[in-house]
Amino acid sequence: MIVWQDRIFETLKAGKITQVAYVPDAGHARLIERVEGAEQMRAIVLTTEEEGVALTCGAWLGGERAVLLMQSSGVGNCVNMFSLVSNCRFPFLTLVTMRGEWAEFNPWQVPMGKATRSVLESMGVTVYRVRRADDVEQTVQAAVDLAFESNQAVAVLLSQQLIGRKSWLPGN
Amino acid sequence: MVAGELTKGDGLDRRSASAMLLSACPDALVIAGLGSASYDLFAAGDRNANFYLWGAMGGAAAMGLGLALAQPRRPVLVLTGDGEQLMGMGALATIAVQRPLNLTVVVLDNGRYAETGMQLSHTALGVSLPAVAAACGFAWTMELAEMDVIRTLGKRIQTMQGCGLARIRVRAEEVTRALPSRDGVWLKNRFRSALGFPPM
Repeated sequence: MIVWQDRIFETLKAGKITQVAYVPDAGHARLIERVEGAEQMRAIVLTTEEEGVALTCGAWLGGERAVLLMQSSGVGNCVNMFSLVSNCRFPFLTLVTMRGEWAEFNPWQVPMGKATRSVLESMGVTVYRVRRADDVEQTVQAAVDLAFESNQAVAVLLSQQLIGRKSWLPGN
Repeated sequence: MVAGELTKGDGLDRRSASAMLLSACPDALVIAGLGSASYDLFAAGDRNANFYLWGAMGGAAAMGLGLALAQPRRPVLVLTGDGEQLMGMGALATIAVQRPLNLTVVVLDNGRYAETGMQLSHTALGVSLPAVAAACGFAWTMELAEMDVIRTLGKRIQTMQGCGLARIRVRAEEVTRALPSRDGVWLKNRFRSALGFPPM
């Protein structure tokens, strides 16, 4: 997990992304740490994911590139704010760690996990999905280019299979 | 009558207050929250460095944060209403953690949802947005109910004295709408071009 998260970090850095807004997820933990340690990037902790949608649009108005890191449950919190992205045709990039799919233990994660792709697509966001660690770097790279070179809204879904099982109790 | 409720006649004229405020911070990059605040900003004089929201309720302050971090040498003003800011109250915590020196949120507070029929908002029912901002850790907050301090607020915004939130108490009254462009793509590109950035 550390290896592919480091590749995401390097890709975002090379893509000149300076503002990294997030609601934390275990799957993004390493990436957030790397951003916090990077001089040219700023990690911005949010209280809810929709703040991150608005923040990335403000960053673009001011000439910077931003990304939103969140878990699949957070996609549901963003829905109306996506109208800002689509109305103004802002470039928008989000990396979403999936819950509620592969080997999920917590049923409360399942409804939004199932709906993540369709909710994003309903609001006009192009969805890429990554299942294998080897595909992470090129997919995130493609998403950065599509978002900022073609002014598109793009989400990369990082599959739960890629992230691995969450250990709920000692010994599990 | 509930404790803390604003009466309709209290407060400043929102258009005069907005116009005076904007004239005192001419370098500000301005994001206006949806509804009356957008109309007030437009009525104060359209500028390329104005961005008017017609939706995305609750997003103005967070948008202002992204802009302020991207443009640390320019004052950034988020001009919004009480209802819009109440929906984005978490953003005050997010802003306070980043503590940008150049960001000010100004709430034109009439204690009402004016766009939908003047229903009372939480600020008319005891909630204080400056107190929320202070509790979050904003560098300063202000309560304004008189015209002669509006210019002081504008100067403070212009000279970037730390992240702040000011509440201007305005009258709860119907004001004829002054409608800015609804074309988001145009507003975005115009704003970027004012800063020397191409559309893409």
